[in-house]
Amino acid sequence: MIVERPRDLFIKKCAAHGFMLIFLALILFPFFMVLSISFREGNFSVGSLIPQNPTLEHWYLAFGFDYTRADGTVVEPPYPVMLWMWNSIKIGLIAGLGVLAIATISAYAFSRIRIKGKGAMLDGLFLIQMFPTTLALVAIYAIFDALGEVSPMLGLNSHFALILIYLAGVTLHIWTIKGYFDSIDTALDKAAAIDGATPWQTFRFIFLPLAVPIMSVVFVLAFIGFINDYPIASVLIRSESQMTLAVGSRLYLNEFKYLWGDFAAAAILSGLPITIVFLIAQRYLVSGLSDGAVKG
Amino acid sequence: MTATADSHHQTAPEWPRLIWVGLITTMLLFGAFHLYAIAQPLFGAILLALAAGFAIIFGANRFYGARFIFPGIAAVLIFIAFPVIYTIYIGFTNYSSFNLLTYERTVEVLTSRGSVDPATEQPFAVARDGNGYRIWLPDSGLLSETVKLDGEQSVSLSPADEPAELLARRDAIGLRSGLQVLTLTTPEGVIIQNAGLRTFATVTPDYVQISPNILTKSDGTILTADHAKGFFIDAAGEQVPPGWRVNIGWSNFERVFQSEGIRRPMVRIFIWTFIFATASVVLTFALGLTLAVILQWPHLRLKAAYRILLILPYAVPAFISILVFKGLFNQNFGEINLILEALFGIRPNWFTDGNLARAMILVVNTWLGYPYMMLLAMGFLQGVPEDHKKAAALEGAGALRVFFTITLPQIIPPFLPLLIASFAFNFNNMVLIFLLTRGLPDIPGTVIPAGETDILASFTYRLAFDNAGQQFGLAGAITLLIFFVVAVISYANFVAMRRAAQRQTGR
Repeated sequence: MIVERPRDLFIKKCAAHGFMLIFLALILFPFFMVLSISFREGNFSVGSLIPQNPTLEHWYLAFGFDYTRADGTVVEPPYPVMLWMWNSIKIGLIAGLGVLAIATISAYAFSRIRIKGKGAMLDGLFLIQMFPTTLALVAIYAIFDALGEVSPMLGLNSHFALILIYLAGVTLHIWTIKGYFDSIDTALDKAAAIDGATPWQTFRFIFLPLAVPIMSVVFVLAFIGFINDYPIASVLIRSESQMTLAVGSRLYLNEFKYLWGDFAAAAILSGLPITIVFLIAQRYLVSGLSDGAVKG
Repeated sequence: MTATADSHHQTAPEWPRLIWVGLITTMLLFGAFHLYAIAQPLFGAILLALAAGFAIIFGANRFYGARFIFPGIAAVLIFIAFPVIYTIYIGFTNYSSFNLLTYERTVEVLTSRGSVDPATEQPFAVARDGNGYRIWLPDSGLLSETVKLDGEQSVSLSPADEPAELLARRDAIGLRSGLQVLTLTTPEGVIIQNAGLRTFATVTPDYVQISPNILTKSDGTILTADHAKGFFIDAAGEQVPPGWRVNIGWSNFERVFQSEGIRRPMVRIFIWTFIFATASVVLTFALGLTLAVILQWPHLRLKAAYRILLILPYAVPAFISILVFKGLFNQNFGEINLILEALFGIRPNWFTDGNLARAMILVVNTWLGYPYMMLLAMGFLQGVPEDHKKAAALEGAGALRVFFTITLPQIIPPFLPLLIASFAFNFNNMVLIFLLTRGLPDIPGTVIPAGETDILASFTYRLAFDNAGQQFGLAGAITLLIFFVVAVISYANFVAMRRAAQRQTGR
């Protein structure tokens, strides 16, 4: 660290790179395998990493097209992957925007508006956000089963119900955005108040424009969280056409209908966009994660 | 801090807002009334409270400040706090697939059952007549009056010729809901009803309600409603399904603690849940921190490339990578076993051997979780002053010693809340267990579905939603036990975070 002999340093460098490369090979092995499997023939067949008879069958099926094999048999897509993807994206976008709106407004209030019992409410929020919604699944099922009798839109198998329950995910995001608002100079809102702005106007015209970066991070985080949710969606959504990607994907690896090859292609197709969004956002995301957690 | 609730200047007119508030409140009140009407008074009360809160906070100017937090607080109360409390409540009921309905629905189901008299059973056909339909019974040559088939109706039959045009069977089946509530009276005064897709017959109800709590069976048996058990019982005490939901006090908890077939697997699952969560945190933290330290080394090149490749497992949606691992670990044609067999000649039973399944779960979870720890560690490592490390190195401490005496003690306190949060996350990491092993293999000799790899959360999920009698009540009782654990973790996290925040401001 201070002065090192060049020879020692060279050996250390080699060791570090060597370790990294071996580790990466191990870690990335599943990705290479899935890519290879998606081009292999059949759903059970075994083969080398580079397929001997590469085929686009699984990819045709993943995109929702029929595939005609060389011997003339037509294979139909087993599951509507594109529809599931659309369901997931739709639910993720709407719920993400809802959470963003609620979290931003609440965070502003917790940061700047004097309200009785604010400290207690903040502590309460922090304690309550540790209870994952997945623990209350039985109650959620019972609640929406009952609400379905009022209107099918609120009942089981409805996207609207799923979005409603996802709104519960605001707590953590309130904390993240509040941490950001706390770091904004109070001189700004004092100036606005002197000019006669209401708290709402201060929020709308001063804080909202300033918060766009943190809001985009929170939105991406929330969006990915909703896309990845399995337990709640699996309890509320039962019919195949209403399923989200997370619930539907499981059907591929059913013991009685094991579609390994079709799954591989569908997994890459659906996983890739989310992965790319995440990789773009992750730089901002990490600072948000650690800051939001530590700032009181 | 600057804007107070009472110092704002209202410039816009009041009435558009009040109209909106009025409209939304009315809608909420209507929903509350409807819920009350369908015998869900609890949900009705919640909606009523929501409507009242909304009207007060958005209607009166006094609560201007509270308007900003109302949506957030309402969402948290309704979608987190209420389900948590409701789950606890369900833990005190017998809610399950045997006791699924409300009392009113149970009576309805029982009294709508009927026995068909085979002597009167005859096929039927439907003929269209203007806006309505006529029922044609070919065996007895009877035709009904015109009927709309849009609700409970009763018409009489009279002898007639066969109508010229009869509906196809498929179209007749489409009218089923109307046919089911139709009663026909023959010229002899016999009442016949729809008795299936193809026939009409005399149907005698199996049960008749003679007073609010008593039903008589067609053979004369008297059934009384047992509101302690949630079943109708006959004189001998025999229960008649279906049952309804009732409060059964501590019975579910007694079952959990006293029934050997439940307690034994539950203790095992409880221990495994702790081991799983602890091991997951330790493994991901150790691996993530190691990688972060290597990436932090000033002499290392290609850092950016390594970093992006190392966080790939975190970027790919978890449900996809878990399923990929499920396929790769497959015992018969998974690639991992193929490689292991080629290299060492072994084919481990990843899914049927309990210990191997647990090992597999930990491997997969470490793969999923280390990038998060690595990213956090990289952030915290930057906060460790370089001159501390240099000073230690000058004193002759080796790199490892510097790490354990200087670096680690400085990053642990800010890391602690995040480690506790990670523990809590893994404690309830149902997605992993569910998509990878579904809790299997089963623990032998249990009366409820319980697996060697089940954690408490997946165990309750299986109790409630797998084909094990949908034991919502029992699942609710066990969830209450999980809540206690989570509450302790949550409080520990709260304290740890307070300390970390104090340390930060104190420095």
